Amino acid sequence: MKFLPLVWAGLKRKRLRTILTLLSIFIAFILFAFLGAIKEAFLGGVTMAGQDRLITRHRVSLIQTLPESYTNRIKSLPGVAAICGQTWFGGIYQEPSNFFPTFPVEPESFLGMFPEYILKEAEKKAWLATRTGAVVGRTTADRFKWKIGDRIPIKSPIWGEPAGQSQWEFEIVGIFDGAKKAADLSGFFFRYDYFEEARQQNKSQIGWFTVRIADPQRAPQIAAQIDEDFANSPYETKTEPEGAFAAGFASQVGDIASIVTAVVGAVFFTILLVAGNTMAQSVRERTEELGVLKAMGFPNGLVLVLVLSESCFIAMLGGLGGLAVAWLIISAGNPVPSLLPVFYLPPQSLMSGALLAVALGIIAGVLPAWQAMQVRIAEALRRGG
Amino acid sequence: MSSLIQILSISWFNLRTLPERKAAALTAAIGIAGVVGVLVGVLAIAQGFKRAMTVSGAPDVAVVLRSGADSELTSGLDREAARTISDAPGILRDGSAAVTSAELFVIINLPKRTTGTDANVPLRGVEAGAFQVRGNIELVAGRRFEAGKNEVIVGTGAARSFSGLDLGKEIKMGQVTWNIVGIFTANGGIAESEIWADAAVLQPAYNRSDSFQSVYAKLASEVSFTEFKDALTTDPKLNVKVQKQSDFYAEQSTAVTTFITTLGVFIASLMALGALFGALNTMYSAVAGRTREISTLRALGFGSGPVVISVLVESIMISIIGGALGAGAAYFLFDGYRASTMNWQTFSQVTFAFRVTPILLGQAILFATALGLIGGLFPAYRAARMPIASGLRES
Repeated sequence: MKFLPLVWAGLKRKRLRTILTLLSIFIAFILFAFLGAIKEAFLGGVTMAGQDRLITRHRVSLIQTLPESYTNRIKSLPGVAAICGQTWFGGIYQEPSNFFPTFPVEPESFLGMFPEYILKEAEKKAWLATRTGAVVGRTTADRFKWKIGDRIPIKSPIWGEPAGQSQWEFEIVGIFDGAKKAADLSGFFFRYDYFEEARQQNKSQIGWFTVRIADPQRAPQIAAQIDEDFANSPYETKTEPEGAFAAGFASQVGDIASIVTAVVGAVFFTILLVAGNTMAQSVRERTEELGVLKAMGFPNGLVLVLVLSESCFIAMLGGLGGLAVAWLIISAGNPVPSLLPVFYLPPQSLMSGALLAVALGIIAGVLPAWQAMQVRIAEALRRGG
Repeated sequence: MSSLIQILSISWFNLRTLPERKAAALTAAIGIAGVVGVLVGVLAIAQGFKRAMTVSGAPDVAVVLRSGADSELTSGLDREAARTISDAPGILRDGSAAVTSAELFVIINLPKRTTGTDANVPLRGVEAGAFQVRGNIELVAGRRFEAGKNEVIVGTGAARSFSGLDLGKEIKMGQVTWNIVGIFTANGGIAESEIWADAAVLQPAYNRSDSFQSVYAKLASEVSFTEFKDALTTDPKLNVKVQKQSDFYAEQSTAVTTFITTLGVFIASLMALGALFGALNTMYSAVAGRTREISTLRALGFGSGPVVISVLVESIMISIIGGALGAGAAYFLFDGYRASTMNWQTFSQVTFAFRVTPILLGQAILFATALGLIGGLFPAYRAARMPIASGLRES
């Protein structure tokens, strides 16, 4: 502890350099945190996927629909606990750019299937009581400043107009939050019975099914059994665990997300390399001083600790500071809800960031400090010449 | 001594002593190279995607969709409407037949070659006129599909990206098996991501016996678009939206390009800030290391202006070298790199090649220069303000 002033003096020696190095490390770690959040946004669906949920869809492609009658056929299979049908509505609010996912669902089975969406009991009752009622996730509600009771006109290029009306209109009866941060709160859900009655084409068809199974261990067998049941029918199915489905979907965006990640990762390390080099250089410049310390009787180990605490101080202050500021910015809200439906900083990103900061401090300090320790006192003293 | 000569001589002197400070200079250059490389890399993705989408769009081809549809996927036209559209004025005629193609656009699941996971691959049913309408479809292997047969041809991008799309192989979609009889290119355009089949065969396979989703029409000339459009939109029997193919594709690509560019610029500006601190650090140490030298020059009668400029020249020089390194690395790593992604507007995969264009390279160098200028400005100011007497005494 008594050597703290010595470490402090070392840092103040070239104040400007210390500050600039600190700042560049700070920026690098902000970048690192944002990268973690963006990556999580791409893979959010995988994180949230239920172990006991399967997705059953049309075998040829997701845009083809399945008969409504499959609901009961799948439900009656052994090992199936619950089922919830969903359909892509493709809704647009006012402008085509105001896009968010919209689906008709059966309210009870939907809320039972997705416990990650938390809806107040009163709002749930209102939904069950209101035929044109809809519930919307917090992200989208905030984006368009919708409140409970608002009537929202929605256009659907896929389904056209509802029977007897010029446009679809829904009443917001509930706004749901997520049980976990990774929950996608951009969805807009309205009642299937109203949808079925009002749609003018493709009646009694459902987009895909989410199936809850009693025993997650048996997922492969049950998935195979569902598909077998519908084999050689006009509507063959493909069933897979929700996680696999989400991962497959993420990999469709795939290449771009992974390239951006790789490239930014490369830059993060470039910035660290530059900062680390500067830190190392400032130790190298002081070989003479370290020689003086040793001449005064400082043991090698202590010199090493002094140098390391200096570099670790810069790395940790910059690194942890950057992570903290990024965390604050990211927690303040999603700047682009239309681009990234889920936006939060996963704790494991914070952890690995903190570890990286420590590693940076040690690596940047240890090499030059080691070299300095190896130098004989007389030589070190002569170096400053 | 004129100040111009002063500037030149100090700058030259500085640059010649640069090798002595090469560790610091190299560090700054590498930092800038990294940032510029990333900026170019990310923007090259956007450029490549945009090109794939726009190169397909000829101004003398019109695309007709159902009014209110935002993509072919959500559009629908019955046979009667398709016939009316083909009879409209303004369309190029080959003999007596109008050069048009009524088309179906569906999606099939095929595994990606890289990950093995399912991807949405576009499958297009076309009429015989499609080849003349597009004008840039060339078979690189095999032959065209025969009318009425379960045969498909596959774009080179799709063939490269998705499993099972090889010449001579079969693909099974639902109850129908299709033979792959040809591989085609489309001048790098969007069609290369697609699989093509005869619309008349695809219709029953998809239970769309009598409907299409779009009509593509080759116009007699660019100016006949208005005539064509007016004829269709004023027809009370039709409820359609008419667009030039170029506008149509530009519209279909906005979401993805905006996304990539926004993300790219945001990341690059953060990184630029990081690199800037590195550059500032380097230049401050360079100035500090030469305190005595600079003071000597000032004592000899060199003005502070030339000193400022000489520091800026050095800083910009380092940045440009770094920028050129980064841009060059990005060019070799990314130009022509093949990737595929989801185009949300068509809900299907687009395969495309990254493009590092000369304009992009120019912008990168400009960006590096700006970084160098800012990174050198403050250190230069400090150098100029240095008191001569104490500077000379410094060791």
